[in-house]
Amino acid sequence: MKARVHISLKNGVLDPQGKAISNSLHGLGFDSVLDARQGKTIELDLKDMSKEQAEKEVDRMCLQLLANTVIENYSIEVID
Amino acid sequence: MKACVIVFPGSNCDRDLKVALTQSMGNEPNMVWHGDSELPETDLIAIPGGFSYGDYLRCGAMAGNSPIMREVVRKAEGGTPVVAICNGFQIATETGMLPGALLRNADQSFVCKDVDLLVAADNERFVGGYDRGQVVKFPVAHHDGNFFADEETLSELENEGQIAFKYATPDGELTEEANPNGSLNNIAGIYNKAGNVLGLMPHPERLISKELGGVDGKTFFDNLVHSIG
Repeated sequence: MKARVHISLKNGVLDPQGKAISNSLHGLGFDSVLDARQGKTIELDLKDMSKEQAEKEVDRMCLQLLANTVIENYSIEVID
Repeated sequence: MKACVIVFPGSNCDRDLKVALTQSMGNEPNMVWHGDSELPETDLIAIPGGFSYGDYLRCGAMAGNSPIMREVVRKAEGGTPVVAICNGFQIATETGMLPGALLRNADQSFVCKDVDLLVAADNERFVGGYDRGQVVKFPVAHHDGNFFADEETLSELENEGQIAFKYATPDGELTEEANPNGSLNNIAGIYNKAGNVLGLMPHPERLISKELGGVDGKTFFDNLVHSIG
């Protein structure tokens, strides 16, 4: 089974890379862009287990290593 | 006096720290590999700059979880002095030894230059060689030195005298121009609550002789050795 973890900077935390992306898009004429935030996605290949168990396990991974909750939010998607 | 320098894969200021500590102590520090789980007897732990684990995931994230860091955190909680420089500062925040986090520099560029720093609080052990309010010069060299903490943590740091150094002008003014990376409140270095852990982005170990352009860093290490004894 697979799990996908999406990590993004919390609101209020400066995201210079997002800012650069939004500036570049404006440079290309995409005036519809109001703001851009950059995050990252981590895909995990997991041993078979129940969905609940997988969510718990990946949550522990996020707290211990994958995310820094001082500056980042994360969300977990478990795919059977 | 005995000191340890922790060495991670990708550390690149470990030998500079060894030279600086040897010069001030008169004997060489122990170089301790990240995969070890025990520290030799030590009066000081130094966590060097560099790019541990290639800065993968987040700067300092992997190193913060390496076996030796559990022991470093334990010793720090027991009162052993720890100085964490640049990548070492990032690692120290990742382990929770120090509050806050170091983000990508606000202007996205790697900054490498000498900066002026205001000594912002008293701490005999780490800055007893300077006067509070004095301006000292250390080099910075980093891409992710933009100090961030939530408002509550920030005001606690300010009110409890936990801010060690602030980026300033040569006259000690805290201007936006003097801030090389966008750090909140111009913060360049902080102490933990107990005052025995110092994390800072600038590199005192890189200015320890006149031939290298200055001795403000030598004063830092001489005082550290003198006060720990």
